Amino acid sequence: MTDPILELKDVHSGYGSIKALKGISLRVYPGEVVAIIGANGAGKSTTLMTICGIVKAERGQVIYKGQVINTLLPEKLPTLGLCQVPEGRRIFPRLTVMENLRLGAFYRKDTDEILKDIQKAYEMFPILGERKNQEGGTLSGGEQQMLAIARALMTKPKVLLLDEPSLGLAPIIVQQIFNIIDRINKEDGTTILLVEQNANLALQAATRGYVVETGQITLEDDSTSLLANPKIRAAYLGE
Amino acid sequence: MIHEFKKVWKPYTLGLLWVLGLLWPLLGIHPDGTLSFERTLIVWLYLLVVSFVCLILYLMNKSGHLELMKNPLSAAWSKGAVAAKVPPVWGWFLVGLMLAMLFPLFTGRYHQDVAINVLIYVCLGLGLNVVVGLAGMLDLGYIAFYGVGAYTYALFNIHYGIPFWVCLPVSGALALVVACIVGYPTLRMRGDYLAIVTLGFGEIIRIILNNWMTLTNGPNGIMGINRPGIFFPSFADGFSWEHLWLKKLWLLYYVALGLAVVTILCVHRLNFSRVGRAWESIREDETAAELMGVNTFIYKLLAYAMGGMFAGFAGAFFAARMKFVSPESFTFLESAMVLCMVVLGGMGSIPGIILGAAALIVLPELFREFELYRMLAFGSVMVLMMLFRPEGLLPAKRLGTRSEEREG
Repeated sequence: MTDPILELKDVHSGYGSIKALKGISLRVYPGEVVAIIGANGAGKSTTLMTICGIVKAERGQVIYKGQVINTLLPEKLPTLGLCQVPEGRRIFPRLTVMENLRLGAFYRKDTDEILKDIQKAYEMFPILGERKNQEGGTLSGGEQQMLAIARALMTKPKVLLLDEPSLGLAPIIVQQIFNIIDRINKEDGTTILLVEQNANLALQAATRGYVVETGQITLEDDSTSLLANPKIRAAYLGE
Repeated sequence: MIHEFKKVWKPYTLGLLWVLGLLWPLLGIHPDGTLSFERTLIVWLYLLVVSFVCLILYLMNKSGHLELMKNPLSAAWSKGAVAAKVPPVWGWFLVGLMLAMLFPLFTGRYHQDVAINVLIYVCLGLGLNVVVGLAGMLDLGYIAFYGVGAYTYALFNIHYGIPFWVCLPVSGALALVVACIVGYPTLRMRGDYLAIVTLGFGEIIRIILNNWMTLTNGPNGIMGINRPGIFFPSFADGFSWEHLWLKKLWLLYYVALGLAVVTILCVHRLNFSRVGRAWESIREDETAAELMGVNTFIYKLLAYAMGGMFAGFAGAFFAARMKFVSPESFTFLESAMVLCMVVLGGMGSIPGIILGAAALIVLPELFREFELYRMLAFGSVMVLMMLFRPEGLLPAKRLGTRSEEREG
């Protein structure tokens, strides 16, 4: 098997005296869709924030393409091809859709390419093209989620980290979003690390899954086996 | 209308009585310990009349009695707007600039003096706008950099006789350096903490100016600073350059105007550049900006330093115009004034800030007789603004309009 594109080795981190991650180890291979599922407060979002360096890892290593990245500044990561769509979207509400996308391409200097990529984003999300001059904050929740994904794609990521893309969205919109995630993975070959509370949905989209409980990985398996696992069905799928 | 009135008369009466209760100790107790009621009552009656007229107007508007007066106006307005197709921004800018250029021809010393003040505050407001309006950092010690600029020119001029035009960039540069030194440790904080720390640093700089007797001559200030000079060609015998001190106020007015125009152009360029976009992203969501690859610390420091630099330019001009500087000109109240201009005019909006500066300088001049109540009026205007136009008089316009609106 090839080397993992992203690897976490016994990562510990937290907020002050509260330890959120107590030794997370996981591997993501190129081209995969990997899901991290778990309950509220299990440490899913913190895992992504630690990968991005917003929360500093206290122990352990985050390795991306063979390079230790947890010592880097968070703003370096998009230049390496690692980008996150944060929880709750966090688009820039008073900037227009267009400006939001341009900020995604902030580190890039190739103006012509950026304009082309913006057009590509409008093709992928036609609704954003219709609203390109509208302020981000006036979009609906689903549109904002699309904008957040489109903005992250503007960094031309090799690995895309998605934090709860289904949060607070209507089922039909969630389905759309997951179709798009699938497209990003299949068409562009972007590796995706997905954090979800909606375990059923996440495992259907993913090839492999990790289960996080109180800051530790308790289970790791193919998503089909996880979906079939009676414990998982009882704990996360409500059966 | 009667119905509307029934709804509001109770809080209105209570409010007025409450104001009376507040006014009495404020105005009725004299320094010698005597009490009187007369003056309070007079002021209160004025307030009563004015507020009652406002209330009636408000109620008439709400119940539609003013439609007749408003409608022809708004109809004409929309017609005119369609016909003119809204002239471009630079058109407005040029018209404004022309008027500003012609201003000294029709006005006297007093008006020019006020206008120079407005222009200085326009520079300050625009500089602070970079920090507060674009990068979203609340800076309560902004005036310190104005002080640094003023003292830089004053000291260099007094001790070494260096002329204004050489010192102007030096003042800006020094203010920029000080801003970097102050900003480096403080900008790691966010929100309220940053406001308090900048407030502290502002005071520190003022107190240094106040107490460093050997350098700044302390509270006595520095006197006898030179005006800016210019060289102009003279053809009296052969060709030579003649030196002239700008003693006439209208000449100084043009210097101030030039400074303001340069500041406006710089801030405008910055606003619509990549840097401006980075600042706005930091204002909107610092973490998200970081995730998108914006080096938030560097850009925050840059905003802070740029703001400081514009204040430094304004400060150097201030020293040259007054020919005197003392720490008294750089108190917290001045910082608050500039902040008021930015908030009142509209954060991030250049025309808004120009309007805000003009309003906050010109209005107190117009109502000089009521100087005692200035802060009272100030406070109430701010409260009303926050209630009815929280985005400022001329809010910053994004390129954005809703797509549905544009189609319609």
